[in-house]
Amino acid sequence: MEKDSAGMNQAAHQFRCPRCGNIGEYSGKAGERLIVTCDSCKTKGRVTIPGIAEPPSTNGNAIEITHLRKLFKDFPAVDDVSFYVKKGEIFGLLGPNGAGKSTIIRMLCTLTRPTAGVATVAGYDIVKQSGKVRTHIGLVSEKMIMYEQLTARENLKLFGKLYNLPNDFLNKRIDELLAFVRMEKWADHRINTFSTGMKQRINVIRALVNQPEILFLDEPTLGLDPQSTAEIRELTKRINTENGTTIILTTHIMFEAEALCKRMGIIDHGKIVALDTPANLKKLVSGTDVSTFEIEVSNLEPRMMTSVQSLGSVKSLIQEDSNHLLVRTTGNDAFDDIVDSLRKNGAKVRMVKNLEPSLEDVFLHLTGREAREKVTENTPSSSVGPGHGPGRRRPKRIR
Amino acid sequence: MGVRNVISHSLWICWKDLLEFSRSKLRLVMLVLMPLFMMVMVGFIFPTGSTITDTPIALVNNDAGSMGTSFVAQLNAINNKSGMMLLSSATDFNDIKTKLQNNDIHGGLIIPENFSSDILSGKQGYITIVIDQSNPQMSLTMQGVITKTIEAMGKQSAISNLNSSYHVSVTTATSLITPYIVESKGIVPGEPNYFQFVAPGIIAMVVMMALMTGLPHAISYEKDMGTLDGMLAAPINRLSIILGKVTAQTVRGMIQGFIILLLAVVLFGVVIQGSILLVILLILLTVFSFVGLGILITSFTENEETATMVMMTLMFPMMFLSGVFFPLQQMPWYMQGLAKFLPLTYATTALRKVMVLGADISAVGTEVLILVAFGIVLLAVAVPMFRRAMSK
Repeated sequence: MEKDSAGMNQAAHQFRCPRCGNIGEYSGKAGERLIVTCDSCKTKGRVTIPGIAEPPSTNGNAIEITHLRKLFKDFPAVDDVSFYVKKGEIFGLLGPNGAGKSTIIRMLCTLTRPTAGVATVAGYDIVKQSGKVRTHIGLVSEKMIMYEQLTARENLKLFGKLYNLPNDFLNKRIDELLAFVRMEKWADHRINTFSTGMKQRINVIRALVNQPEILFLDEPTLGLDPQSTAEIRELTKRINTENGTTIILTTHIMFEAEALCKRMGIIDHGKIVALDTPANLKKLVSGTDVSTFEIEVSNLEPRMMTSVQSLGSVKSLIQEDSNHLLVRTTGNDAFDDIVDSLRKNGAKVRMVKNLEPSLEDVFLHLTGREAREKVTENTPSSSVGPGHGPGRRRPKRIR
Repeated sequence: MGVRNVISHSLWICWKDLLEFSRSKLRLVMLVLMPLFMMVMVGFIFPTGSTITDTPIALVNNDAGSMGTSFVAQLNAINNKSGMMLLSSATDFNDIKTKLQNNDIHGGLIIPENFSSDILSGKQGYITIVIDQSNPQMSLTMQGVITKTIEAMGKQSAISNLNSSYHVSVTTATSLITPYIVESKGIVPGEPNYFQFVAPGIIAMVVMMALMTGLPHAISYEKDMGTLDGMLAAPINRLSIILGKVTAQTVRGMIQGFIILLLAVVLFGVVIQGSILLVILLILLTVFSFVGLGILITSFTENEETATMVMMTLMFPMMFLSGVFFPLQQMPWYMQGLAKFLPLTYATTALRKVMVLGADISAVGTEVLILVAFGIVLLAVAVPMFRRAMSK
């Protein structure tokens, strides 16, 4: 397929005037529609330039974002963000509320225009080819996109019709989707009679009605009870594995991102601060010999802590409550050293747990604040002297 | 293909809106109640002039002679037929004054002491009408009604005097005393009544309200609920959304318009003189002229609350300035000038011409042209605004 970026010297095509049979010529970009005038009888007619309009350049990526910016007045909600999402993966955008996750999603769904930068979704430019983008995507937004007075089937039908799906196909598709989330029995019940979990299931399959290549899930488990949350997570995985749908998911819950996403970007103040697989992100905080122990001592005394802290392998020590210590160490002998030191001081060690570094740590490390609105009540009762490592800390929340 | 898609999508959105509407029982009840209340309200609270009955009037008869008594008897006889007044007696002017102040009566009549003697001595007899200045409308009407009644009585007695005293035949006497007979004749059958006047205006107004309140409400509500995003993320033309909403609101407005028409005909005896098809055409034209304004409000209001406020601010002046309830000619010149800028004025005038006077399309040509112009101008401004507002 020859590409003609200048748009000047395209090949000329011929048309036959339906009234007088005169042959005329026209030219233009592939896929473009024109009105042509017959030279001899001045009849006007409409023609479409043959060929496929600009084949999508995919590079095997479902989404490509370069230097995307969105300003609200002077406030940069999204500030120079670049990343890509591979075809068929679940990509997570993790960040606190107001970090700019939803704004990125809204731009990619063509609901709001970027101030600067370029992005392609399914190979189409989100500004110049927004119509094309829309046919290839499904959106599950923070607010449910459903009409409460309508039944599940009616909701699905409306949206199917907006995607020009023919009746037979659409009816089959609706039945499939309802079966997919085990809601066949509820097809003809109104949405306002459903529980929140049921509503969200319908809301998710509503976004699938057009068999989108790419599904956007903006905080899909927000406000759901634990059981429904688990259901939706399982559903997300199934959509990805069974249909091969690329999914881009936003969340502020670390566990969710870790459980679902192949790769994820951590976003804060409109900027991507880290982007990798969950495992690699964790390596950001954990060196090979860095480990964190939680130690329970039934008769914890200050002198025990002082002795542990004086050990060379201990990088930091935090007293979590009257019985628990959180110790960050380097080196392979750290565990033995600590237990020995505690025993020597007459401590009764009840339990020692080697804590996996979590994404929570990564987030904390990168942004200096916690992703979840969780206040740690049990701040250390006795402050510990020098030796604070850069790793696990319980800093006061910035906001 | 493009146009077909826009129409198909808009019809599905319209289907959705109407389905939603029909599922809400309260909304359905209101759909019928609103025009009913409207019609009953304007039908019964506005004075119509000829419907005054049983107005309490106090009568003072101070006449020394017999003429006063016979005057009262005559007045009673006439009043018994018309039932306009509820006559009671009072002692003097001060008594009437007290009763007026207490709001017991709406007016008074005083026959003075020398009524009989004046008439018998060849002079004119005085009768005083006491009016209620706190109620100008009523006192004006009362004054007119009583004066007319008394004048008729005067003529009657003059005719019988001529007949008995000068042996002039009753016919000759009548033509001598009242040489002119005035006859009112309309261009269509039937008496003029206020319902005839107000029904076309209310139809136009309800259709306007459906679009002005319904449209911004429908769209800003979906914006607030987040459901609008679903439509915006679908590969449909922005125009389909607005077109679907407009169609749904138009259907709603038309249903209400027809309920009013029906009520006006069945309950209030309004006769539609012109072609019903022309009436429907004019209603659709009214819709067309208002659509732009509705879309415009939708475009520049952020949420439902602002939309409602803007609409209310615009709608009330339009309702009262467009000659729906009061004839335009009664307004001061500057207000009449202002009314010329409101599409509702032309919609009301045109509908009134057709419904009441039986006018055909040629008689409402000007109004039709102006409504079309309003529609085109407003849409030309509103549609680009809406597109921009939807892709911020």
